[in-house]
Amino acid sequence: MFRNQYDTDVTTWSPAGRLFQVEYAMEAVKQGSAAIGLRSKTHVVLACVNKANSELSSHQKKIFKVDDHIGVAIAGLTADGRVLSRYMRNECINYSYTYESPLPVGRLVVQLADKAQVCTQRSWKRPYGVGLLVGGLDESGAHLYYNCPSGNYFEYQAFAIGSRSQAAKTYLERKFENFMGSSREELIKDALIATRESLQGEKLRSSVCTVAVVGVGEPFHILDQETVQKLIDEFEIVREDEPPAEPQPPAEQDAPADQGTGADQGAAAASPDVAPMDI
Amino acid sequence: MASNSDSVSDTQRTLYPYVTGTSVVALKYKDGILMAADMGGSYGSTLRYKSIDRLRPIGKHSLLGASGEISDFQEILRYLDELILYDNMWDDGNSLGPKEVHNYLTRVMYNRRNKFNPLWNALVLGGVKNGQKYLGMVNMIGINFEDNHVATGLGNHLTRPILRDEWHENLTFEEGVKLLEKCMRVLLYRDRSAVNKIQISKITEEGATLFPPYSLKTYWEFAAFKNPTVGAEGSW
Repeated sequence: MFRNQYDTDVTTWSPAGRLFQVEYAMEAVKQGSAAIGLRSKTHVVLACVNKANSELSSHQKKIFKVDDHIGVAIAGLTADGRVLSRYMRNECINYSYTYESPLPVGRLVVQLADKAQVCTQRSWKRPYGVGLLVGGLDESGAHLYYNCPSGNYFEYQAFAIGSRSQAAKTYLERKFENFMGSSREELIKDALIATRESLQGEKLRSSVCTVAVVGVGEPFHILDQETVQKLIDEFEIVREDEPPAEPQPPAEQDAPADQGTGADQGAAAASPDVAPMDI
Repeated sequence: MASNSDSVSDTQRTLYPYVTGTSVVALKYKDGILMAADMGGSYGSTLRYKSIDRLRPIGKHSLLGASGEISDFQEILRYLDELILYDNMWDDGNSLGPKEVHNYLTRVMYNRRNKFNPLWNALVLGGVKNGQKYLGMVNMIGINFEDNHVATGLGNHLTRPILRDEWHENLTFEEGVKLLEKCMRVLLYRDRSAVNKIQISKITEEGATLFPPYSLKTYWEFAAFKNPTVGAEGSW
């Protein structure tokens, strides 16, 4: 973005009242591959785009189970994400041990946010370069939160982070009003469609995405490849009533992690009508 | 903590109780939990204090009854006060229910026992949250469990049999109180540290209510009381 004399360390304010290091950390989130979350009254679905660096390697784990009732999807510096997931797991298990009860999600995200804030106010630390979509259940229902490197957190009905997340967000903005009443299957379908938007032209296959669900009576778990592929096949065949996606603002950057091959169009005839983007 | 049992630091840990409360009895009924205890604090064999409140509400959803060392009970109340305070400070719509408080107490009691410095109490924790009734007990060595009816001290031996016979699901409030009074009366007759000033409290979804203390009617003209050794000559 910009290089200037106020961005060397996180404990330096700019004259305009900004902490550039924190903002740069948020840029790192935008560079990571997309992660999407949505929730209904009783379920939360997390999905993410999972691209391996090369055909020879496995892909990065971006969705972590934190406890039976909480899971997290990350975007950005996945190593930071792993460390924070470990912290979250620790907090949950300690709470369970003392109170024999699941840690309310709302409290976990506050603890996480406070932890992130510390890194914005110590000269010997740097902000975490990862955005976290925390989905979980507590006694007031299903919740989805987004935790930012800045130490802020927000609750969302649906959200997407990472590269090309704007496409997913646009889709979610159209549909979110119905999510509260959605069934589990509808929610997963919407998550997959939103993920497909982030792929922008590339064919949605279960090998490029990961989906996880948590709900009332259903502990957090990642759906296996077969199940995901079946769900994708279901709605691709049924020809979802997709209006053509709007042209995306060209400001969206290409993430290095995303090898945009673009050349797919396998089942061109049955392929849904996502207009390939001009990038 | 290695020097816990040497002579200097013996004064730093509880060896025996001084002022003690006797049994607490509690049961689940239709709308929640009913708990009863007398208001006595014994100093050894002297019934020294006659107005000790041994039943206390904890937060919005729980009721704590304690027997054993009164000063340790007061210390526990301070721990719980802090716990509930921090819970309220979150101000987020979540709150600690009776199950959570019971488990917290279990951790505290067991950890103190492991350091050879126990809180000399047997605690009864009951409450209702979101329609779920909960009744549990934890004692100074960390033994804890949940049940439909619990009692501490002599109550375990004298009143649990009565409760096992006569307790059933969905007791009404009146039936529950009557059953508790029957239990407390037996304790009054047979427990030497019992005092005839009992308190009954209830906790329901709406909250806790502590009823004012009152005395039980007693009858001392039973033939068995008059001639207790008729079946066992020579005993006393």
